[in-house]
This record gives sequence, structure tokens and C-alpha cells, in this order.
Amino acid sequence: MEIIVPILAAAVRSGTPILYATLGEIITEKGGVMNLGLEGLMLLGALSGFAVTSSTGNPWLGVAAAFGIGAFFSLFHAVVCITLGGNQVVSGLALTMLGTGTTAILGINYVGETIKGLTKTTIPFLGELPLVGPVFFDHDPLVYISYALVAFMCWFLWRTKTGLNLRAVGDNPRAADSVGLNVAAIRYAATLIGGGVVAVGGAYMSISYSHMWTEGMSAGRGWIAVALVIFAIWHPARAAFGSYLFGGVEACQLRIQAAGTNIPAPLLLMLPYILTITVLLVISVKKGKGILFGAPAALGTPFYREER
Amino acid sequence: MRIKRQKRIGQPLWLDLAIPVGGLLMAFLASGVFLVMMGVSPIEAYREMYYSAFGDSYGLSECMVKAIPLAMTAIALMLSFKMLIWNIGAEGQIFMGAIAATAAVRYFPVEGHWTMMTIMGISAIIAGGIWAAFAGYLRARWNVNEIITTLMMNYIAIHLMDYFVYGPWRDPSSLGFPMTAPFPETAKLVPIGWGRVHSGIFIALALILLAWWVFKMTRWGYEIRVIGENPKAATFAGIDYVKNVVVVMFISGAIAGLAGMSEVAGLQGRLQHGFSGGFGYTAIIVAWLSRLNPLAIAIVSFLMGGLLVGGESLQIVMGLPIASTLVVQGCILFFILAGEFFRRYRIVLVKEEI
Repeated sequence: MEIIVPILAAAVRSGTPILYATLGEIITEKGGVMNLGLEGLMLLGALSGFAVTSSTGNPWLGVAAAFGIGAFFSLFHAVVCITLGGNQVVSGLALTMLGTGTTAILGINYVGETIKGLTKTTIPFLGELPLVGPVFFDHDPLVYISYALVAFMCWFLWRTKTGLNLRAVGDNPRAADSVGLNVAAIRYAATLIGGGVVAVGGAYMSISYSHMWTEGMSAGRGWIAVALVIFAIWHPARAAFGSYLFGGVEACQLRIQAAGTNIPAPLLLMLPYILTITVLLVISVKKGKGILFGAPAALGTPFYREER
Repeated sequence: MRIKRQKRIGQPLWLDLAIPVGGLLMAFLASGVFLVMMGVSPIEAYREMYYSAFGDSYGLSECMVKAIPLAMTAIALMLSFKMLIWNIGAEGQIFMGAIAATAAVRYFPVEGHWTMMTIMGISAIIAGGIWAAFAGYLRARWNVNEIITTLMMNYIAIHLMDYFVYGPWRDPSSLGFPMTAPFPETAKLVPIGWGRVHSGIFIALALILLAWWVFKMTRWGYEIRVIGENPKAATFAGIDYVKNVVVVMFISGAIAGLAGMSEVAGLQGRLQHGFSGGFGYTAIIVAWLSRLNPLAIAIVSFLMGGLLVGGESLQIVMGLPIASTLVVQGCILFFILAGEFFRRYRIVLVKEEI
């Protein structure tokens, strides 16, 4: 018990940035747009969140700034993919390059600086529960917001009219268009909001997790999130499960290193990536056997109403 | 008056040139904004980049040094992209090729230069090829998203190399730097007598010509294009999809692996941490800018080499991080993608009629 609880708590903490990124990508993809620029967006969120927190002293302004910057950079992706019908794979790669490069340049001034950022606030009553308390309710506020976001998205996507419209636009834009929905506008909204949420995941890394900025600190988490969307079959609750699974691997790997085993660090660092491939493989093989699959049918294809 | 989009029937030739050139100009304009934010004059920065890359024979030779791995990797990616298989894993395949070539030097050292080079080349081909073919098989057999698998395998390959250069292969006399001992002379691609340009340039040229020939002249090249354009029709026509995807990915990875060998054997003379510097990603832009045309890849690799050389000199002269070229590269991709729109449509002004 003394070993398990800290590891599970660490899994939630390490999994939270991945969770935000996965949830953001689910919003975007539900609208039919695939954004592979998560890695770049997370870095942009991490740096802008850090910079604003550092200059204002208010971490919440940092989170807001990250959301804004994430939405702003997703706008480029939206213009290229939605208005201009460009290739979504390549545009996402472009976004990643842009984010990595921009943050490397503008981040120089912040390397080595630390901020107070967000700190742990135990939730009264819930935090005192055995096992569940320390694992889930003894974190900083952004973790709690991510729980709320999961619940909100489950409700929004399947219980509201707007959510239904969003899914319609991602599944069958032609039908959505014929009932009077503005496909382009909804896709823009989903891409921008989704990008903002992804960037908040990046901000979590710099504001809550490490209280520092380092170049390239997302270290592949954005790509892991892209894979987790498939693992989660576009469902927010499964996204949470997947994110904590990866967070757990990260936490274990850090602990094994700290315990000073003979396993060389680089081999341990491979674990999350090997796990990602394994997870994808298992999902894809199962999918072939007819397990329900939730991919938006029009994912990755541009829509122009006058072309049929 | 209203702005309207009209589908183009044919594509005029001038557009093929105007889109990449326009995209490049716009990208430099947009990147200029970042330079201004850094307090650097963009005009001065671009002048510095231009002269350091294209200003003298040494600069040009450095562009060529970068163009060699870029061209090889872009040819590799072209193969898979033609099939609409998104191999984003060239970086990892380059690393695997370099690791395998280094392993050959360590474990099968032979006297003759050509024999040693052959052993290194074959090791690199097998390692890079299998690395890519694995992702290709998962994709073709179970439809596992190849973008993710190839990317994850990049990270795995990077850590694998770190394992060797920090661990069992570290040169004891390297003062703790993560690198292997220098290769013997027999295991090095010879310089051709122009700056640091090495004989890897001949491998690159041969691959460009070979790729051009395969796609212009052979039935197999035609099949790959058909599979890319319409996998279903290809299957009906009796083309084995799974086999072709695996074979194409193997060759793609093999070429990227060769690029990795050419880097360690031609330029570095040893395996060391971070030797590639993102060629696998930059080559994606080269392939895309070249519209998957092997001859265009030759030219674009050289120009992109110029951008990398210019970026390095910005780092030295103006203290900008090397990743600044990524901003330019990202912008180029965005503007080329936007330009593609004008290849398919033209914008016309129409009078509203009542």
C-alpha cells in the first residue's frame, strides 16, 4: 500500500497533460478535422502559460493565455484544412514544427527560471477517503478541472443538441449541411477550442507539474495523445483511463530509475513509446474482429458544399 | 460583385513554379515576424543566411553536405508518400541505419575499404528497412495508424542510440562525451575534394536517378502510383496490397538507413548523440515541396541544405537557437499547403445578376 498509493497518485499527475491533449483532440476530431500538431500546441501552451504566470504572478492568467495561444495557432490549421481543403496530415506536421521552433526561440529567456505556479490543494472530505483520496483528490486545481472536463464532454457530446451537431458535422457533413448547419463554422469552433484545450495540457506541465520551462518539454506526449484518441475510441472517459495508464508507466519508470537499478535509463525511456504501439496494435486487431468503433466517418476529409 | 471559387480544369505550368516560390517568400515574410520579436533585423538575418550558404564555394559545399542525407531521405519518403503511406519515421530509420553501420564497424571490422563499406551499407539497409517494414506490416495487415507507429519508433530509435553511445559503445577516451571511438579509415566514405563533401553524394545521385527511372519507366512504379491513388481498384486489378506496402516501406526505410550510414561514415566518422539533427523531418518538406518528383528533390534538397546552413550561421553569429529554422520550415509547409488550393481552384469575381 505504501508503494502503490504514491505511484497511482503520480500516475494521475503525469497523466493529466496527456489527458488534456487527448480531450482537446477528441473535440477537434469529433468535428471531422484531424490535428496532428498536438506536440507543437502543447509546447506553445507550456511556454505561453509559463511566461504569463512568470510576469503576472497569476497562474490562472497563464492557463488562459495558453488556451488563447493554442486556439490562435490552431486557426492556421483550421484555415488550411477547412477553408483551403489542404492536407490535414501535413498541416499538422507544419504546426508541430512551428510550435517547436517558436518555443525554442522565444523560450530562451525563460530557461532556468522557476515560478510558484499552481500548488496542491486537497479537497476536503473526498481527500480524506482511504486510497481514493490521496490518488485522486490530493492534487492541484488543474487536475480537478480535467475531471470536470471529462464529465462535461460526456454530457455535451451525447446529451446536448450542440454536441449532436458537432458529431453530425464529423460523421456526415453533407447531411449536416442539408439540415442547415454551418459545417465550416462548427469545424472552426471545434478546431480552435480543441487546440486551446491541448495547449492547457502543455501549460499544466510548466505551471503545475515542473514549475519550469525546458525546450521540447512535451517529449512526445502530444503524439501519445494522438494515439490515445484512437485507444479511447473518441470517448472522454476512456481517454482518462488511457492517460493515467501512460502516466503510470512514466511514474514507474522514474521510480525504477530513482531506485538505482541496473537497467540503463534510455531503455526505460522507451517504455511509453513501446506501450503506445502495443496499445494501437491491440485496438486495431480487435477492431478487425468487429468491435464497435467510434471514429468520425468524415475524419480528415474537407467539405465543400457546392461539390457533390 | 462576389468572390467565387471555381474548379480548375487543367493546371497551368506556371503554377507549378509559382506555388513553391510564392510559398517560400511568404514563409520568409512570416518568419520575419519572429525575428523582429527576438529583436533581430530580418533583412540582416536573411542576408547573413544567404551569404553563409550561397556566398562562396565553402558555403555551397556545406549546402551539398546537408543535401546528401536530405535528398536520400526525401527519395525514401517519396516512395511511401506515393502510396499514401505516411512514413513519418525517417528520422528513426536514419538512426537505425547509423547504429547498424556502427555495429558493423565494431563487430565485423575488415581490411578492404570496399568490403567494409559493403558490410556497413548492407547492415544499414537491413536495419532501416526492417524498422520501417514493421510499421508497414502493421498498417497493411491491421490498419494500424502508421503515422503514430513510425513516430513512436523514432523516439525508440533515438533512445536506443543513446543507450549505445552513453553505454556499451562509449569511447573511453572521449572524456565522457556520448560518442563511439572514431571509425578506422577503411570505414569512412572518402572526401571528394570539395569542402566536407564526401562520396555519399554518388549514392544520393544514384538513388535519385533510380527513383526517377522506377517511376517513369517500370511497371512496378506504375503499380505503386495506382495503389496510392486507389487501393481498392489496385486490389481488384490483382495487385497485392499487403505485400506492396511492406516492400515499399522496407525500401523506404532501407534508403533512410543508408542516409544514416552516409552521415556517420561520410561526415562524422563515429556515432554520436544527436548526429542527425532532424533530417528525417526536414526531408518531409523536401519531398512535399518537390511534389514527389525525384529530379525536383535534387534541387530542393540543395536549397533546403542552404536553409539549414544559414540557420547554423544564425546560431553562431546572432545567437539564435538552431530550432529557429523549424519556424521557417513550418511556415513553408503551411504556405505550400495553402498554395495547393490555388492549384485546384481559381478565384473569380462574378457580377450578381438579378
